Amino acid sequence: MDFATFLIQCLNALQYGLLLFLVASGLTLIFGIMGVINLAHGSFYMIGAYMAYALAPIVASTFGGGFFATLAFGLVIAVILGYVLEWAFFSFLYEREHLQQVLMTYGLILVFEELRSLLVGDDVHGVAPPAILSGSLPLGELMTYPVYRLFISAVCLLLALGMYFVFTRTRLGMMIRAGSTNREMVQSLGVDIKFLYRVVFAAGVAIAVFAGMVAAPVSSVYPGMGSSVLIICFVVVVIGGIGSIRGALAAALLIGVVDTFGKVLLPQAAGVLVYVLMALILLWKPDGLFKAG
Amino acid sequence: MIFLRLTVIAAATLAAPLACAQSTGKLKVGLMLPATGTFAALGTAIDNGFRLYVAEQGGKLGGREVEYVRVDDESDPAKATDNINKLIKRDNVDVVVGSVHSGVAMAMAKVAKDTGTLLIVPNAGADAVTGPMCAPNIFRSSFSNWQPGYAMGEAMAKKGHRKVVTITWKYAAGDEMVRGFREAFTKAGGAVVKELNLPFPNVEFQALLTDIAATRPDAVFAFFAGGGAVKFVKDYAAAGLRSGIPLYGTGFLTDGTLEAQAADAEGLLTTLHYADSLNTPRDNAFRLAYAKAYKLQPDVYAVQGYDAAQMLAIGLAAVKGDVGKKAEFAAALRKARIDSPRGAFTVSASHNPVQDIYLRQVVGKQNQVVGVASAALADPGRGCRM
Repeated sequence: MDFATFLIQCLNALQYGLLLFLVASGLTLIFGIMGVINLAHGSFYMIGAYMAYALAPIVASTFGGGFFATLAFGLVIAVILGYVLEWAFFSFLYEREHLQQVLMTYGLILVFEELRSLLVGDDVHGVAPPAILSGSLPLGELMTYPVYRLFISAVCLLLALGMYFVFTRTRLGMMIRAGSTNREMVQSLGVDIKFLYRVVFAAGVAIAVFAGMVAAPVSSVYPGMGSSVLIICFVVVVIGGIGSIRGALAAALLIGVVDTFGKVLLPQAAGVLVYVLMALILLWKPDGLFKAG
Repeated sequence: MIFLRLTVIAAATLAAPLACAQSTGKLKVGLMLPATGTFAALGTAIDNGFRLYVAEQGGKLGGREVEYVRVDDESDPAKATDNINKLIKRDNVDVVVGSVHSGVAMAMAKVAKDTGTLLIVPNAGADAVTGPMCAPNIFRSSFSNWQPGYAMGEAMAKKGHRKVVTITWKYAAGDEMVRGFREAFTKAGGAVVKELNLPFPNVEFQALLTDIAATRPDAVFAFFAGGGAVKFVKDYAAAGLRSGIPLYGTGFLTDGTLEAQAADAEGLLTTLHYADSLNTPRDNAFRLAYAKAYKLQPDVYAVQGYDAAQMLAIGLAAVKGDVGKKAEFAAALRKARIDSPRGAFTVSASHNPVQDIYLRQVVGKQNQVVGVASAALADPGRGCRM
């Protein structure tokens, strides 16, 4: 591997890591901070990708369209969806055992997959990136790098900074963190914890849906796409330390590096390297890299 | 009057199981295909194709009226053995047709081999089904993974490429297609300089695309399917490699995916045993009949289902509907020319189609025929002992 190729692979690793953080950040919120094991997280991601595909023509005919209008419209639907789901299902789960949470969220996966099949069908679809971002930058003599991938990286960084700021520097973030440590105490201090959690959950769903919509032009849209990201999302949250946004970002970048260079340098072991990494880190730090609290 | 009616009902209920036991009664066909999940559309196409041929014969094969028993195999190899056993033991089917997923088909072949039940595989390409797992009562109406790979090896060598990189998912179908490709390509004097692969169903290709750019081969041979094929073709184009390093693949790279791949697939060359524009009288008649019956355009899977029914019809005609005469059934098929919409084919000693593999090019939203990459290509049937 010469130096130029090495640099390009570093860029690939960084870009993949940031994409992973984008996908996993909603899970950090719901699983990491609220403590609900949410297997349906992948489904929210899938819903987002399908919205990017299916909503585009509808938005185009009513509001004049555009990728960013679809994005905004999708986010509104996602917040409503998250809010309703929390009210109807998840609000009963906080005090329950993890096994019951797993059971219900697994049921939701089946429901969402079947609905997806009924509403949009089982075909594979492509989503075009917005025109201003559809170009490519030359990279070396032979390769080019799509501008849209760089855009995704920038969005991920912004999201990471935004989440970090809200959680560590604002009153809302403080209440959420306090609520995750001791619900009753926060409630007795006069905070409407039920409403607060509903908002956090809606935000978690919205971020997952947002990730799906932003990733759709790169990943394309296909049945079962949710389950393929679910496991890697849990790996990110577990390596990073449950409840830590900083940790999730570090873990996502670490996985990006290991996966990218693993595929090239150790192709026989590419499938297991990420999990070996997780095992090693958990042996070294059983609570993950940055345990919150 | 009431007494009489009761007698009739009693007689009818008694007669029903008796009729099943005879070889002149209804022919029970077990369709074990995916009806849910990623491969659901493929299962439906095969089912449609099969029923279309039977309907064209007036609902009868070998003089027996056809009755269907359908099982959704969910493309789950873990449930395959149970599912086919249910068809054979509970439903007493005369023949089983299935399936799409190779892992499911392998489990089915194992049971069919042990019980001697007639099995026709209408898609799954696992080489082993007509290799080490072959049996006198197991047939395939589709292809072996080796076939389209081998044909592309010949085609790319003919194009003058000498140094090639292969890329695929690390699992049976990908390995078998690359093996077929390498066999033909190295025989013609070419060299596979690097074999890239990534775990199934991982679709993060960027690292490997960079590796391809650094290796600078004459061309790339790829196998991916479905969502992975869409993403690979788009990523390959986005990485700017299309202009410098031509991309080739087996037909699955561009089949059923062209709408999503859009302009990025334009001009790609692939190999498969069927194409969108054969424009033969046989294919045109088939496409018209299929479109009329189902209000849908047929695809390669519909053709494979249709041909599974044709193969069954030929065998049954030779034994006059008696599925017990397996040796005669197989002998008739070995001698037959199956008049398929893809072009007539024969059946090899290991019961896989001996068929032309087409070289196709993506033009607009179609895989159009450029020519025949390998004529009458027979799978070597390695490891088959009958």
